[in-house]
This record gives sequence, structure tokens and C-alpha cells, in this order.
Amino acid sequence: MAITRDQVLHVAKLARLDLGEEELERLTAELSEILDAVSKVAELDLADVPPTSHPLDLVNVWAEDEPHRSLALGEALANAPAREGDLFRVPPTA
Amino acid sequence: MAVIDTLRLTAEEATGLLERREVTAAELHEAYREAIDDRDPELHTYLRVVDECVGDGVPIALKDVISTRGVETTAGSRILEGYTPVFDATVAGRCRAAGLPLLGKTNTDEFAMGSSTENSAFGPSRNPWDPSRVPGGSGGGTAAAVSAGLAPWGLGSDTGGSIKQPSALCGNVGLRPTYGTVSRYGIVAFASSLDQVGPVAKTVRDVALLTSIIAGRDPADSTTVDHPEPIRLPEREELRGVRLGIPRQIGDLRAIEPGVRAAFETSVELARSLGAEIGECDLPLSFEYGMPCYYLIAPAEASSNLARYDGVRYGPRVDADGYREMVERTRDAGFGPEPKRRIMLGTYALSAGYYDAFYGQAQKVRTLLVREHRDALERFDALITPTSPTVAFPIGERAADPLAMYACDLLTIPSCLAGLPGLNVPCGLSEGLPVGLQLIGPQFGENALFGIGHALERALGFDPVPERLR
Repeated sequence: MAITRDQVLHVAKLARLDLGEEELERLTAELSEILDAVSKVAELDLADVPPTSHPLDLVNVWAEDEPHRSLALGEALANAPAREGDLFRVPPTA
Repeated sequence: MAVIDTLRLTAEEATGLLERREVTAAELHEAYREAIDDRDPELHTYLRVVDECVGDGVPIALKDVISTRGVETTAGSRILEGYTPVFDATVAGRCRAAGLPLLGKTNTDEFAMGSSTENSAFGPSRNPWDPSRVPGGSGGGTAAAVSAGLAPWGLGSDTGGSIKQPSALCGNVGLRPTYGTVSRYGIVAFASSLDQVGPVAKTVRDVALLTSIIAGRDPADSTTVDHPEPIRLPEREELRGVRLGIPRQIGDLRAIEPGVRAAFETSVELARSLGAEIGECDLPLSFEYGMPCYYLIAPAEASSNLARYDGVRYGPRVDADGYREMVERTRDAGFGPEPKRRIMLGTYALSAGYYDAFYGQAQKVRTLLVREHRDALERFDALITPTSPTVAFPIGERAADPLAMYACDLLTIPSCLAGLPGLNVPCGLSEGLPVGLQLIGPQFGENALFGIGHALERALGFDPVPERLR
């Protein structure tokens, strides 16, 4: 199943990856080959089979609504590449 | 002080030395640190080591996907370089509470994506049996460290075989526990419906002991449950009445090397001589559709989990004038080729127009794999296969071919998708390299697997110390 360079570029945008030209070429070839292999799942007629999203039979796991200590501000910011006061600093979003 | 031979010492024996006060925890820690200084420059099993001995128990190595408070945790990725967790993963906390001093953080394929450690951004680990070969992956660092006497035991994480396969290639014991029985809180997430943390050690009893330390419900991970019965140290020496099922489909798998098949068949005969009833079971879809199913589900979940690496809260950042450019450049620079490949594949499989055909279809295939394993385990106490189709392969042999690398996990993947526990037990050598036996049990079947594994281990008499280090 061939995937085109434009499709790869579109997926890279969705995935927020600024891929270089060389990587784009390589991934186009590799993804085509991998998609060929995984497309095998389409051979099976599974119209009546329910999906499995999780192998454990757990539903509605509740926790008591009790206050507890979370990360202190200093801890939460400790690994930030850039901060300003008590905030994570990022470039302008617009 | 007793002489400490880290190559041979089991965690159980080390516990005995500590209890009888023949060594102190600090002396034990120091002995492993010296072995690391001696042998790790060649093997590169650790990404970083801890000099200070904190705790009064048997020291432990933790795979670098496990958050450790105050100790850098990178998951083998540049995008987490310099990241120092401000909290412990639940499993790290449980090891700390049990008094197990940390020896260091072991190497892994980047984000645990790989079967050789060659995808680590910090260079591959090497197999202690033959340093020109891979130790398996993604948990090759932990497995190689245990085999080379650089840790008595350690923890790995397993998504599609990352504990079992490196244990097979390095000749030690590794358990992927039943999905949900060990907390993932504080583990760098790869594919959340598959990830499980588990132990690696030289013996089945050590693996059982470490399982008992880390397993159990964790309020911080709502996918966890308690084992219905406590984990026990196995003592079984025979297999009378134990029903072992061999999937008939593995007979046709050409991917399984003749030497691996021979060692496997010898151990099956040994199981029979210990009293086991050997029969054939049927997993018609598992080996044909397990791989494609896994390589849709795991990358899809990975693409979502890895969305958090954006250069805002932790990790290095590549600066740019705008926010979006900063995120895109940071991710391009920070992720290596394999995570990028899987993020791309997963994003594609989840994107509009393809979701049903790929991700949705794979989830339905998964249902069939769950069912066929359940049916097989109605007639058998455990299923038995080789763990890896091959012995350790040369570094570089598969690195350029993603599909060849993915094929390493052909035999471990199906039961991971089914959420079942799997135990690797070393069962012999082929070409002078270890071969592993995989035992698959029903959900929560760990105690039975430990019993079977222990009886086989005793009868096999496999020497876990690599020949070149004896």
C-alpha cells in the first residue's frame, strides 16, 4: 500500500514533526512497506466482532474525592526549559 | 566479609548473606559497582550509575523508562535528556520501601521501541555472551546487566516482548506479568493498553520474589488490580499432571532457527519426563495476524502518548519565533528514527478516513486473539513456545530494516495483546548463545508459571553465567 509524499507531509503536520527533506523521503518508502505488512488485518471479515481497547475487564474505577498533596509549584517547574516567575515560558502562539 | 561473586550470586543468596550479616548492603552495592566499573565500559548496560547505597537490601537496576526521584530518566531519548523526575514511579517507590538500593538506570531502545537496544539515542548495549551481538530489546540493558553480574536483578517494561525477548537472548529469567497487576504510574508510557512492568533475574525464585514486591493495586494507576492470591516462591520439582500446550502453528514458522527449535524440543521432552502432559493447541490467528495487529495498536497509542513531548514542561527545547514552530523543531530534533516512524504510523492509522480500516480493525483482531488464547488455556495450564525465533543477532544486522526488527517479537506479541502473563526461562544454547523458553499462562496465572518454570529450571541446569566470563 503506497503512501504519497504529500500524505506523509500531512501526517507530519498532524504529529507536529518538522521533518527534513531526506527524512520525508525515507519515511515515505518505509511507511509504504510497513503499511503493506499491517494491512493484512483487512483480510478478515470482522463485522460482528466487538473491539478490544483494554485486556482487563474493569469498568468505572472510582476514587474517593479527597484532597491530597500534589506537586509543589517549584517541583512542577523544576524541569522547565524556560520559565518566567511561576509560569512556563513559550514563544508567542499567534 | 564473604567473597561476593556477582556473576553467580542470586538475589535470594544475597538476601541470605545480608540476613546472616556476612555482608552489609553497602558492601554488596560496592561489589556490583566495581563489577560495573570493570565490565560496563565494554557492555554499556547502564546509562547512569548511582554511587550512594540507599537502603539495607539487595541492590537493583531499573530500566531507564522508570521515573526515579532525583536520578535522571531519559527513556533512551534525547528528548528527555537532563530530565530529573521530582517523584518516584510506584514500582521505584516500592523497591525503595523494600530497602532495595538503586544501582543505576539501564539502557533501553528509545521509548522502549525496539528489539536490540540499537535504537537507544545513547548507543547500543552489548550481549555478555558475545559483545558483537545485541542483548535484545527494548530492555537489553537490564537483561545484559543481570547476565554479566552487574546487577542481581532488575526491572524492565514490556509492551510486545521487551522483557521476555532480551531475557531469552541473554540467558536469564524474565516475567511479563498479567496486564494490570503492576502499576505504570511514573513509567514513561509507550502503548498504554499493552505496557507492563516486570522483573528480570537469574532464577525463577528471584523473579517471583521481585514480583511480590512490585505487584498490587495502586490508587495512582486506575488500570491496576490485586492478584487474587498472593505471589509465592515456587518449590515445585516435578510437573505431574501439568498440561502444557504447544501451538501447532509454530511447526510451520520458518522464522524459528533450527538450533532454537532443537533446544526447545529438548526442553519439551524434559518437561514430559518430569510428568507433564504435552499436547497441541490451536492459535490459528495469533502468529499470522498478531504482528500486523500489534504494529497498528502500539504505534497508534504511542503517537498519542508521545504527544506530550513539546519542549514546554521538560526536556531540551529548540527555540523558534512561534510556539508551533518551537514544538515541531523540538520534536524533530529530540526524537530518533524509530519513535518518529511509530508516531507517523500511529498518527496515520488514527487519522480521519483510516481509523476504522486500521486501528478499529486491529482492535477487533485483538478480540479474536484474546478469545483463541482463552480457548487454548481452557485445556492447558500453560502454553509453551520458544521466546525468540533466533538467538542474539549481530549488532547492525537488522538495524536498517524495520520489518526485520519487528519480526523479533513474532512469538511474544500475541499473548501481550491478550493481556496474559509470560515467563522466559533459559533452556539451552545454540551456537554458544542462549535460547529461551516462553511459558504463557491465564490471567493472574503467575504462581503456576513460577512453579512450572522452577521445576524446568532445576531439571535443565542451565548455567546463566556467560561462558566467556566464567
